[in-house]
Amino acid sequence: MDAPDVNTPGAATRYTDTPARYYVIYACLLVLAGLQFFIATLHLDTSAMFTRMLLVAIVEAGLAVMFFMHLWAEKRGWFLFVVVFTVFVMLAMQYGWTDSNRMETGAPYTLKTGAAQQ
Amino acid sequence: MSAELTLEAHAAHHPPGMIEGLPPFVVPAKKMAMWLFIIADAATFAGCLVAYGFLRNGTPNWPRPFESMTNAALMTFILLTSSLTMLLGVRAAKASDRPAAFRWTMITTLLGIVFAALHIREWLELIHQGITLSSNPWGSPHFGAAFFSITGLHLLHVTGGVIVLLIVGLGYNAGRRNAEDMEVTGLYWHFVDLVWMFVVPFVYLLNMAQ
Repeated sequence: MDAPDVNTPGAATRYTDTPARYYVIYACLLVLAGLQFFIATLHLDTSAMFTRMLLVAIVEAGLAVMFFMHLWAEKRGWFLFVVVFTVFVMLAMQYGWTDSNRMETGAPYTLKTGAAQQ
Repeated sequence: MSAELTLEAHAAHHPPGMIEGLPPFVVPAKKMAMWLFIIADAATFAGCLVAYGFLRNGTPNWPRPFESMTNAALMTFILLTSSLTMLLGVRAAKASDRPAAFRWTMITTLLGIVFAALHIREWLELIHQGITLSSNPWGSPHFGAAFFSITGLHLLHVTGGVIVLLIVGLGYNAGRRNAEDMEVTGLYWHFVDLVWMFVVPFVYLLNMAQ
């Protein structure tokens, strides 16, 4: 793992990675982006397509955050803070999905009648 | 405080938590501020995308107006490439290679401008087809609101990034900015790229005409 030089306050962090690594990550990101476009051409239902695209996007984002933004090379305390806090906030936003399904399927309430289904 | 003083030597003279001038987590203050901004901004975009997903999931006649992937693919390629050029610019700045850092930063800026131009051209085409914030010819009126809100927020970030890149790039070339400023600007630009990785599949590719 790259070690940042934080010994000089105010200076930019120095990483030991090389341009070759940048090109490899860039190529991976291009391939993954291409994979998303390929998935869009498959005749999948929306749910299956969404799941596949989300997985690819998460891998892409992980590569970008870890190596382009150098989070992987930061101190462990900062790395954990960013990852744990961000993931927690993202997950906390997912509580409303059951209600959007209710709008679509009408269970337990339906927009069409406005009445509770028994 | 001497610039040569190491953290360890500094810490040896001060109790933990009482060290003046040293940011928490041993992250430089500017970088920490940018990371905190990025986390907050990520929550903003995630909120927008979740709201969009909520609407899309709950709307039976959600339109799928995009006939071609070409423009989205080109924009994705440009933004990913701009992240690479930004990395090379930051690397050159850390190596004190001022001309190279300036050159890569200006290439990144140019790519950002091309991306924004393609985005605006796409918007104008959609507006010409009748999409507004409150209506569209194909079905749920929520589509226009969701599309323009999310892509508009991203375009705003790209535009802001281009302006900051110009300011920092020119300032670095003139000696008014340092490598840390370049690094922090690079963090922001990579984040703009990262957000696009989620906008493309969910806003464009899931709405391709079938």
